Amino acid sequence: MNRIISAVIAAGLAASIPLTHAATKVTIGTVNNGDMVRMQGLTKEFEKAYPDIDLEWVVLEENVLRQRLTTDIATKGGQFDVMTIGMYEAPIWGEKGWLEPMSSVPESYDVDDIFPSVRNGLSVDGTLYALPFYAESSMTYYRTDLFEQAGLEMPEQPTWTQIRSFAKVLHEPEQGQYGICLRGKAGWGENMAFLTTMVNTFGGRWFDENWKPEFTGKEWTSAVNFYVDLLSNYGPPGASSNGFNENLALFSSGKCAMWMDSTVAGSFVTDATQSEVTDKVGFALAPTQVTDKGAGWLWSWALAIPDSSNAKEAAKTFIYWATSKEYSELIAQRNGIAAIPPGSRQSTYANQQYMQAAPFAAKTLEAMSLADPNNSTLKPKPYIGVQFAAIPEFQAIATQVGKLMSGALAGSMTVEQALKSSQKITTREMKRARYYR
Amino acid sequence: MLSIKQGKQLNTVLIGLLAWGVALVIFFPIFWMILTSFKTEIDAFATPPQLFFTPTLENYTLVNERSDYLRFAWNSVVVSFGSTAIGMLLAIPAAYSMVFYETKRTKSILLWMLSTKMLPSVGVLVPIYLLFKNLSLLDTRTGLIIIYTLINLPIMIWMVYTYFKEIPKDVLEAARMDGATLFQEIWQVLLPMSKGGLASTVLLSLILSWNEAFWSLNLTASQAAPLTALIASYSSPEGLFWAKLSAVSTLACAPILIFGWISQKQLVRGLSFGAVK
Repeated sequence: MNRIISAVIAAGLAASIPLTHAATKVTIGTVNNGDMVRMQGLTKEFEKAYPDIDLEWVVLEENVLRQRLTTDIATKGGQFDVMTIGMYEAPIWGEKGWLEPMSSVPESYDVDDIFPSVRNGLSVDGTLYALPFYAESSMTYYRTDLFEQAGLEMPEQPTWTQIRSFAKVLHEPEQGQYGICLRGKAGWGENMAFLTTMVNTFGGRWFDENWKPEFTGKEWTSAVNFYVDLLSNYGPPGASSNGFNENLALFSSGKCAMWMDSTVAGSFVTDATQSEVTDKVGFALAPTQVTDKGAGWLWSWALAIPDSSNAKEAAKTFIYWATSKEYSELIAQRNGIAAIPPGSRQSTYANQQYMQAAPFAAKTLEAMSLADPNNSTLKPKPYIGVQFAAIPEFQAIATQVGKLMSGALAGSMTVEQALKSSQKITTREMKRARYYR
Repeated sequence: MLSIKQGKQLNTVLIGLLAWGVALVIFFPIFWMILTSFKTEIDAFATPPQLFFTPTLENYTLVNERSDYLRFAWNSVVVSFGSTAIGMLLAIPAAYSMVFYETKRTKSILLWMLSTKMLPSVGVLVPIYLLFKNLSLLDTRTGLIIIYTLINLPIMIWMVYTYFKEIPKDVLEAARMDGATLFQEIWQVLLPMSKGGLASTVLLSLILSWNEAFWSLNLTASQAAPLTALIASYSSPEGLFWAKLSAVSTLACAPILIFGWISQKQLVRGLSFGAVK
């Protein structure tokens, strides 16, 4: 009888011990772009190297993802273990204690290899809250063949006045060729990202030292008038609905003589499967006007761990892997050296093979080195960020201002009306948020 | 001068042409989506848009490689059929009592139910999210079934109410006189008489649940995400994506489109039920 009881107990104990160790599930919320899709494609490689971690992907469009992640992190929903966030969210969420600090990064990871400006943009008081997957600045793309034909020469860093004179010469709408393509589609990450850098170079800023908006000042007025005038006279029709993708399609199909946008576009316009002008593209720094401060923006898509995650250690393991030098090497082997995530690590640009394979790399490096989120305006400013102000209210304010600027470009209101309304809206929001009374 | 007969013929031709025109305008976006799904990204963005091009299956191959289509499709099937079934189970008795045992508050209740559809979903996102989090319903099919049932219930009750209204009360009274129980009265008399209307309610609920995107994007992550979440994963702020997005949208629309096609007879019958008295 005792034997039977012992056997039953032993069987029960054996059954209670799982035969295989259950893997930790790491759910990653990310955006849909080339670099992230390539990372998703290497899931099996990661799981092979770390068999006790399973990766689950939630890929969403940028704005949807932002809303989804914000809801989850603010309510401590715990649906994600790794979040893809931008340079705007990282310091705000980090300060609120919503993100796990990246304080114990292993030495072999070489955190000092990350561009200092990117590292600072993802930190609060020296504590890193996210590790960059890739980063970008902005620059000028131009058609070398058209410039040659017209006897024009693009300077290393043109001024907006020069850009305007080039656009005037190269604008031939009857032949489907437009002098310049710029963002016009409303959105804080669309037209306002570009327009803020333009205003920076005209000597403007979003807020003065007392957090009062400056839309009705002479800098914003002259910059927005210049922008509307430039695009209305030498831009493509319907420019107010063109964002990054629309301009990329126009430039890639040979319709734009010049285009100012993200350095990430370099890999698209030089890719023969996506572009018809691969060998006719020149690169220059983003234009300046009264100052070169804040001419090129700085943005990074980075990986962070929400405080509500139940798999923090596994999530860290994944993030170290996905943002490491070894990952870059793996991508180079699998997808070609030009496919390495750009802008995050300095060592990428020390690699001669990469510099030769990616004709846009040298200018990207220069633009990344010049962008400084702490010093991007002529006059002093109370906020961090080149093309945004890293405060929670900015997203809502800039979305509304973006619509007004797009309206001014479309001709549904004057520049003066758009700026006055922007001043009113921003003042109201800043007062409501108690920045001042 | 046209004779009366010729005038009538001309009228018929004109109405026919107008109907074709309207049908083409409605169908054009779907046609363009299917066409774009067979283009390369460069062709998809070409200006002027290309009607003739070399077709490719590369977008479908890529979607197949990148995503587990069947898992998303299965989630869509379970969630839309599940919520419709539960919704009908609730809508039929509710509409029955409102039609055949009407009180002075019935009209107000019907209006109140409809008014819940006027509230923007995003207004209740945070409370619902917190509720789902505390009940462990986030990223579960059960959670989505509950929310879809609640969303579609007002419309379902309204539709069933309208169809039941068409049934003469005398017929049910006759059944009762013959000794039918409440269940028999509903199951054997009422439901067969309003079959067409119920079928169109089921179809409408299925289509609404299948296409719902706000809650499915916000309440699911990796496990319970339906096809609407799959579509959203192919939109990109940086890079060309129209052809891939068209391919995944075609794949997402196909099952419900085919289902609608097969059952269009019931749908048309149900929708026109009561229109001609």
